[in-house]
Amino acid sequence: MMGGIYGISKDRLEGLFSALAAERELYLPVLSGGKVNFSVWEEGADVRLDVTKTAKSPKDAFFPQFETLYTCRTEEGKLKIDPEELCRREFVVFGMRACDAAGLRVLDRVFLSEPVDTFYAARRELGTIVSIACGEPEESCFCRAFGIDAAAPDADAAAWFSGERLLMKPQTEKGMRLVSSLSEYLTEEDGAEAVIEEEQAKIRAITEKLPYSSLSLEGWGSGETKRKFDSPLWEKLYRPCLACGTCTFVCPTCQCYDIKDYKTKNGVQRYRCWDSCMYSDFTLMAGGNNRTTQLQRFRQRFMHKLVYFPENNEGMFSCVGCGRCVDSCPSSLNIVKVIKAFGKDGGDE
Amino acid sequence: MQIEKTAQNKEWKPMIVAFCCNWCSYAGADLAGSSRLSYPADVKIIRVPCSCRVNPMFILRAFERGADGVIICGCHPGDCHYTTGNYYTRRRMALLFSMLDFIGVENGRTRVEWVSAAEGAKFSATMNEFTAKIRSLGQNVRLGDLRCRN
Amino acid sequence: MQELKKRLCELLSDGTVARVLGWRRGETSFDPEPAFFGSAEELSDFVYDGFCGANLSKMMIEAARLEGKTAVCLKPCDTYSYNQLIKEHRVDREKTYIIGVGCRGKLDIDKIRASGIKGILSVSGTECDGDGDTLFVKTVYGDRTCKYADAMLSRCHVCRGKEHKIYDEIIGESRDTTDGDRFSEVEKLEAMAPRERFEFFRRELSRCIRCNACRNVCPACSCRKCVFDSNNFDSAQKANVDPFEEKMFHIIRAFHVAGRCTDCGECSRVCPENIPLHLFNRKFIKDINTFYGEYTAGEDAEEMCPLTDFDFGDAEPGDVTSGR
Repeated sequence: MMGGIYGISKDRLEGLFSALAAERELYLPVLSGGKVNFSVWEEGADVRLDVTKTAKSPKDAFFPQFETLYTCRTEEGKLKIDPEELCRREFVVFGMRACDAAGLRVLDRVFLSEPVDTFYAARRELGTIVSIACGEPEESCFCRAFGIDAAAPDADAAAWFSGERLLMKPQTEKGMRLVSSLSEYLTEEDGAEAVIEEEQAKIRAITEKLPYSSLSLEGWGSGETKRKFDSPLWEKLYRPCLACGTCTFVCPTCQCYDIKDYKTKNGVQRYRCWDSCMYSDFTLMAGGNNRTTQLQRFRQRFMHKLVYFPENNEGMFSCVGCGRCVDSCPSSLNIVKVIKAFGKDGGDE
Repeated sequence: MQIEKTAQNKEWKPMIVAFCCNWCSYAGADLAGSSRLSYPADVKIIRVPCSCRVNPMFILRAFERGADGVIICGCHPGDCHYTTGNYYTRRRMALLFSMLDFIGVENGRTRVEWVSAAEGAKFSATMNEFTAKIRSLGQNVRLGDLRCRN
Repeated sequence: MQELKKRLCELLSDGTVARVLGWRRGETSFDPEPAFFGSAEELSDFVYDGFCGANLSKMMIEAARLEGKTAVCLKPCDTYSYNQLIKEHRVDREKTYIIGVGCRGKLDIDKIRASGIKGILSVSGTECDGDGDTLFVKTVYGDRTCKYADAMLSRCHVCRGKEHKIYDEIIGESRDTTDGDRFSEVEKLEAMAPRERFEFFRRELSRCIRCNACRNVCPACSCRKCVFDSNNFDSAQKANVDPFEEKMFHIIRAFHVAGRCTDCGECSRVCPENIPLHLFNRKFIKDINTFYGEYTAGEDAEEMCPLTDFDFGDAEPGDVTSGR
C-alpha cells in the first residue's frame, strides 16, 4: 500500500485542515502582519502554502524557542521539584519544504545522539511531517548546493502541487497512517506518478537556474579548521555584522540553547531558550567568555556550520541552503558571501 | 519577594506599589502613620532617594510581578531635595504613562502625586483614593507575567 | 555614483582621509553591505544606489577609535543621527569627513517581494542620480516591472526632507519623497478603544523573535552593555518566554531613545518579522511635540534633549493621559 498517491483539490484543503486539527495539533504556514510563519491552525487562518519560505523556520514545532524544563517551589516548607511533562499529543506539521525537513536531520544528529534529548525525541516521535515540493523556488535558495532535492522532499508524506490539485505520497509508516485517517478527503490516484515526475522535472529545471545553486563547497568540510580559522578574510567579512541574532533565529539548523532560571512567585522555573553565537553572553562561563570579539563570534557561526559540524558528523554540513539568513540579514551578510569569499583563493593571504 | 501576593489569599486584593521619595513623601507617610490616619494595607511602599530615581523599568517590573497599580510620590515641584529631580520625573512619567495608555493598558493604573513631609493627610487620602480606583479597575491582566501567578 | 566614487578616490589618494565608510557591492544588485574601504583599489567594489538604505552613522562610533580620518557617506536622514551622536559625545567630528550623498528614496527588496514578484535575479533603475520611476526586475520566472515609489522603504514615505543637517561636502541631488503623514498611523491607533489597541500590539509583538536587530541597528542605542544583556536580570533577553517580555523590551527600548530618536526608521527596516517598531518611537516623538513643544532630534548638535530638560510649567503626568 505504501507508495500509493493520493490527491485532493485545492479548494477542499480547508476541510482537510479542520479534520486534521480536530484530532491533533496542526502547524501550517499562516500569514499574519505581512509575514508567513508556522503556527497552530485555527478556523479562518490565512494559510499560505504557496509561500516558499516562512520567515522563521518550522523547527519550533520540534525544538521551540523556549521550553520549561522543570519548576521548583516550596510547599509547606518543603522543596518540591516538578519536571515538565514530555510532549504527549500527536501533531502534524503541514507544508514544510525539502530544506526544512533536511534541517531536522541535522537537529536529529545533535539531539538524538547520546545523551538523547528527551524533549526533542518525544516531539520527533509524535510529529508527522508533510513536506511540499517547491513549485516556485526563490533566488536565495541554494539547497541544491547541499545535495537537497527541492522536488523530492524527505518527509513522512511528500506533496506536490499540480494545477488545482495537491498530490500526496506517504513515505513512512506515520505518513501512511496520516493518509488513511484522511480517506474522506483524499482519493487514490492512478497514474499520478507521471504527473509528479513532470512537476519534478519542472522544479529541477528551475533550481538549476537559481543564482546560488552552483555554489561550490570545495574547501569546506572536515579538516579545514587550520586553513580557514586564521584567514585574514574574516576581518573583512564580519565588519558590517550588527551582532543581532536574526540569522540564528530564522535558521532551521541552529541548535544552540541556553538554560536560565526565572524567579516566579514562590519558586523557580528553569527553562531553556535558543541562544545565538552572535550574542556577547554566548557560552559565557564563570571564568569569562572564550570569544570576546564579534569577529570571533561571526567566525564561529560559519565555521560551525561548514567545518566543525561536518568534522563530527561524517561530513554532514549543518546548513541546508534555505536562504532565510540571506533574506533577513539587516546588513546583507550571509553564508553565501562567506563561502564565495573563501572560494576564490581558499582564504589564504 | 516581599511585594508578591501570597497564595493563601483566595479573594482578590489589589496590590499597589508606591515609590516614595525619601525626603518628602516617605516622611509624609510617616506623618500619616503617627497621626493615626489610615491607608489601605494593599499599598506597599518602596523608599527611593528621589522620585527621579524611579526608572521606567521599575514600574514595568512591578507590574510584571503582579502589581495592580503603581504610584510615584515625590516632593512638590520646586521643593526637590536635589533641586530639580522631580521636574525630570514629571516629564518621564508623562511620556511613560502615555505610552502605556497607547499600548492599551488601562489608564489609571499609574499615577504621580506630589506629597510633602507635612502632608500626612494628603498621603492617606491619595492612597485611599488610588486603592479605590484600582479596585474598580480590577486585577491587572494586561501587563503581568503569567509565570508570576503561581 | 561615478562622481561620488571619483571624489572618494581623490580623498583617499591625497591623504585627506584614511578610509571611507560606504557600501560594498553584494552578490546581487540588491544586497550591498556597509563596508570600510582603505584604498583606491578597494573602492572598485564601492556602490551607491537605491538599495543602500543602511544608516552608517552608528558605525562612526567604531571609526572614532581608529587612527586617522574617516570619510562617511550620509543621506539626509542619516545626518540627524550623526548630529545626535555628536551631542552624546559618541563620535569624533574632527575625525570625520562627511559626504552628504544624494537620495531619492531608498528601496526595500521585501516590498518588491510582497508585491508578488518571486525569484528576483536583479533589479535595475535603482541609480540615485537617475530619474526613472520604474524598476526593472529580472526574475527566474520572467521580467517584471514595478513602480519606484511602491518599492520604497516605509520610512521614505514620510521623508525627513532633502536637506543634509551636517556635511563637509554634498555630492548628488536629493529629493523629498514624502507622500504621507508621519503621525497618521499613531493617530489611527490613538482613536481606537484601549482593548483594540491592546489587541493590535499583542498581535504585532507576538511575532517578535527577540533577535535584538532593532536594538543593535539603532544609532541612538549606543550603550556599551545593554540593560537587557545583563545576566543579573532574570528575564530572557533572547526568547519570547512570556507575552509580557516583548512589551517590556519594546517599551524600554523606545523609552531609552525617547527624545533622542531621530525617526530614521532603521528598527522597522531590519525587523525580520515586519513589526512596526517605529510606532513606539513616533508615539514618543508626537507626545514630546505636543507636551513640550516641537522638537527634532538631530536637527543640530547642541540643543538639549527634552528628557534632560524641563520647564516649571510642564503638564502633570495625570493630566496628560486623562486629557485625551
